Amino acid sequence: MASIDVAPRRGTDSREEREPVVNNFSIQVATVNGSGSQSANSVLMRTIFEMGVPVSGKNLFPSNIAGLPTWFTIRVSKDGYVARKRDSEVLIAMNPETAEGDVKALRAGSVVLYDEPLKLDALRDDLVWYAVPFDKLVGPVAPEAKLKKLLRNMVYVGVMAHLLSLDMAAVEKSIGKQFSGKKRATDVNVAAVRAGYEYAVANLQQPGFRVARMNENANKIIIDGNSAGALGALFGGVTVVPWYPITPSSSLIETLMDYLKEYRVDAEGKATYAVVQAEDELAAIGMVLGASWSGARAMTATAGPGISLMAEFTGLGYYAEIPAVIWNVQRVGPSTGLPTRTAQGDLLSTAFLSHGDTKHPMLFPCSMSECFDYGMLAFDLAERLQTPLFVMSDLDLGMNNWVSEPFHYPETPLDRGKVLSKEDLDRLGGFARYKDVDGDGIGYRTLPGTEHPNAAWFARGSGHNEKAQYSERPDDFVNNLDRLDKKWETARKIVPAPVVERESKGAKVGIIAYGSSHWATLETVDQLRDEQGMAVDYLRVKAYPFGAAVAEFIAAHERVYVVDQNRDAQMLQLIKLDIAPAEVVKLRSICHYNGHPLEARTVTDGIVAQEQK
Amino acid sequence: MATIPGTPAVKSNRIGLQVIDYRGSKSTLCAGCGHNAISERIIDAFYEMGIEPEQVAKLSGIGCSSKTPAYFMARAHSFNAVHGRMPAIATGAAVANHKMLHIGVSGDGDTASIGMGQFAHLMRRNLPMIYIIEDNGVYGLTKGQFSATADMGSKLKTGTVNELPAIDTCALAIELGATFVARSFSGDKKQLAALLKAAIAHNGTVLLDVISPCVTFNDHEGSTKSYKFMKDHEEPLHDINFVPVFEEIDVEYEEGSGVDISLHDGSKMHLTKLEEEYNPTDRIAALTRLAQARAKDEVLTGLFYVNPEQPSFVDMLNLVDRPLGTLPENVTRPGKSVLDGIMEEYR
Repeated sequence: MASIDVAPRRGTDSREEREPVVNNFSIQVATVNGSGSQSANSVLMRTIFEMGVPVSGKNLFPSNIAGLPTWFTIRVSKDGYVARKRDSEVLIAMNPETAEGDVKALRAGSVVLYDEPLKLDALRDDLVWYAVPFDKLVGPVAPEAKLKKLLRNMVYVGVMAHLLSLDMAAVEKSIGKQFSGKKRATDVNVAAVRAGYEYAVANLQQPGFRVARMNENANKIIIDGNSAGALGALFGGVTVVPWYPITPSSSLIETLMDYLKEYRVDAEGKATYAVVQAEDELAAIGMVLGASWSGARAMTATAGPGISLMAEFTGLGYYAEIPAVIWNVQRVGPSTGLPTRTAQGDLLSTAFLSHGDTKHPMLFPCSMSECFDYGMLAFDLAERLQTPLFVMSDLDLGMNNWVSEPFHYPETPLDRGKVLSKEDLDRLGGFARYKDVDGDGIGYRTLPGTEHPNAAWFARGSGHNEKAQYSERPDDFVNNLDRLDKKWETARKIVPAPVVERESKGAKVGIIAYGSSHWATLETVDQLRDEQGMAVDYLRVKAYPFGAAVAEFIAAHERVYVVDQNRDAQMLQLIKLDIAPAEVVKLRSICHYNGHPLEARTVTDGIVAQEQK
Repeated sequence: MATIPGTPAVKSNRIGLQVIDYRGSKSTLCAGCGHNAISERIIDAFYEMGIEPEQVAKLSGIGCSSKTPAYFMARAHSFNAVHGRMPAIATGAAVANHKMLHIGVSGDGDTASIGMGQFAHLMRRNLPMIYIIEDNGVYGLTKGQFSATADMGSKLKTGTVNELPAIDTCALAIELGATFVARSFSGDKKQLAALLKAAIAHNGTVLLDVISPCVTFNDHEGSTKSYKFMKDHEEPLHDINFVPVFEEIDVEYEEGSGVDISLHDGSKMHLTKLEEEYNPTDRIAALTRLAQARAKDEVLTGLFYVNPEQPSFVDMLNLVDRPLGTLPENVTRPGKSVLDGIMEEYR
């Protein structure tokens, strides 16, 4: 760097002459966690949403309360791509600790907004620099030191409003929303934003990136997957919620608690639900099984370490055939791993959780609407199938904010499965709990408290016969396990079927993806077409066990890439178990496991590299 | 109960059921096992209290003791959980149906070793249930290893001496928040019967540690949980008389002869003092007396602590009267307008 000029340069480079880039760039905000940056970033994202432009936000945060680096990326995409993008064109550098690395990672021509004393412009001469004296600007707005620290970040929202041509009315509306209309908080934050905005208008020229109004967000909502899942549970009739806090699942239960308090208290103030904070995940899943056995819709939410602890009880649920709904909001393992980073690393451990021959249905939501829908559906399936069922979300879905269509109220009543009432027993005389009366592998159950002398049955994890009596007979044991396998085939038919998301006539190459990988995969399909002239089909798996469509899709293609957010290609391994040996050689793997949300470039480059081999 | 003249009277209880309606399948435990005697006392207590078996949920963990729910009240629902985890199943079940009476049977291994965490938290919550420990100091099903309630110095058949201190589940339960804590002996028919009936009348966690000798692995010379040791060392605190709410009190106790306790459902207990000054509503005194007993190698039995006033876990949840597990869809699923309103908030 030749220049030693420390005065802020005002974007007067060659960019000025070029057409500005409109609605197609990413902003990265580098801050320190616990500094109130989350509010500022939410306001920034919401402002773009309010302007009708497709937008997504990804929070990369540490497992820490305050003082460690955190990054928030906002992607603005006129084409509606919402996956993370590898490069950001605009950097807001507020964290001295990471500023140098953040700046060095930028591509030439990128824009950097930074805190003036950091003097970052000495680092590179191929970037567009904006120095802002945050402390000077925030001083008049916030006399107290604590408030000053929090409002500093709001100042950059104001600066960005000018630089990116954000609508100030939309900014102020977003602040009102962020602070739930609380006047004092709203006013002081608006003042901080205005201070930044007025400084920028007076001192800074706009760079080559703009946000321009569109009309893509009419009627849409901004929500995170944990809230969506909580709402799904609420409208799925959840009634007993035992849980143990663990990142990144805690906010699912905490949001659910707020809704239950509001909507599940009767006219006399009595609760029609119970939330129990358990002593650990072993107890949480045990309480779910106890409550489900007693007839309540019960669920818990956890992450990998909790799943490991739930192994023994899950086997009991499978074998005694007790419904249970477990949300696994996946984070990076093994062991404690990266608690605040995302992964799809628990497929195999969850699918076969517990000893002996056990297997469990899993749902893979990819969107906010599916987090909501599966939040309800999980109960119907668990009660219909009388077995523990796992909803496999992840941190990217669960804790990031996503723009979504509003959720649809369910059109069908709750499916409580095969439960015999006193009247049924009066008519039948009695029943055999584990007898396959209907040929679907699912027996009839009764609930404790049913007023009939023949209602009782003995739930146990030890060997049992059709009447739920203790048995060590080989034929009883084999019959029971074979019936459970028949039930698995029933599950295959009633869980959500895979869906072909993108089709191009005559494509020889297929992609299979699931869950949060969906969004990057959609973009990859377009990148392969636009950059490589390559036609691919894309099948999205929504549940395990797989429907027949997975094997058919593989049979119809020469090569099939399976996209996994784990090292060991866990989805590919599960698929292998289900297809003919001759088909296995068609499968290829794209694995991403660095803890960051998947971006399309990883998938596209991975496919292109393997196709060129 | 009215009987038809001329036919032999079949004895029945206040809800018209006979003892046979409270029986289970035949025990597969060893002949002479203390656990069988406890099952008999449970049958008698539920019969005499006139509890509808369909309104009882039986719960257990893993071990010899945990097999016993199969041997009483076949008409009651039952859930045999995994080792040491009965409290979690019980908690979920009791929350989902608080109208039922939950009785859990565990052992000393199931409770004091593998199940210690869940046991502690169950006591702390004061969940309305009866928790029985059939306590013999050894693991029976795995052929006689020491459990954590084995007394220091107690000897296995092989001659191995236990060198670790015993965990006193009663002292722990009092410390943690259980509201009805007692110890008894499977061979003390009268005391155990009275305690079980009082347990049924109590609202909150009942911890009943019943010394129940293992005739196969821990009934020899040198064992501190043998029939002989119990006959020589049992120190009852008091004689317990229980009068259920549906019966008239027909005995007049002499003033100062004991302690009277009114239980949650209106039933009464009269504890005739054997020890002067022992007051089972005094938590600190109970803990002190248990510590003294331990120091003197006494096996103290009786009702150590009772607090009929403390709200149970279910009381604290402030639930609707109807069991949660039976609530209909129009209660558990909010209407469309609720979803529409919430969607508006996210816009």
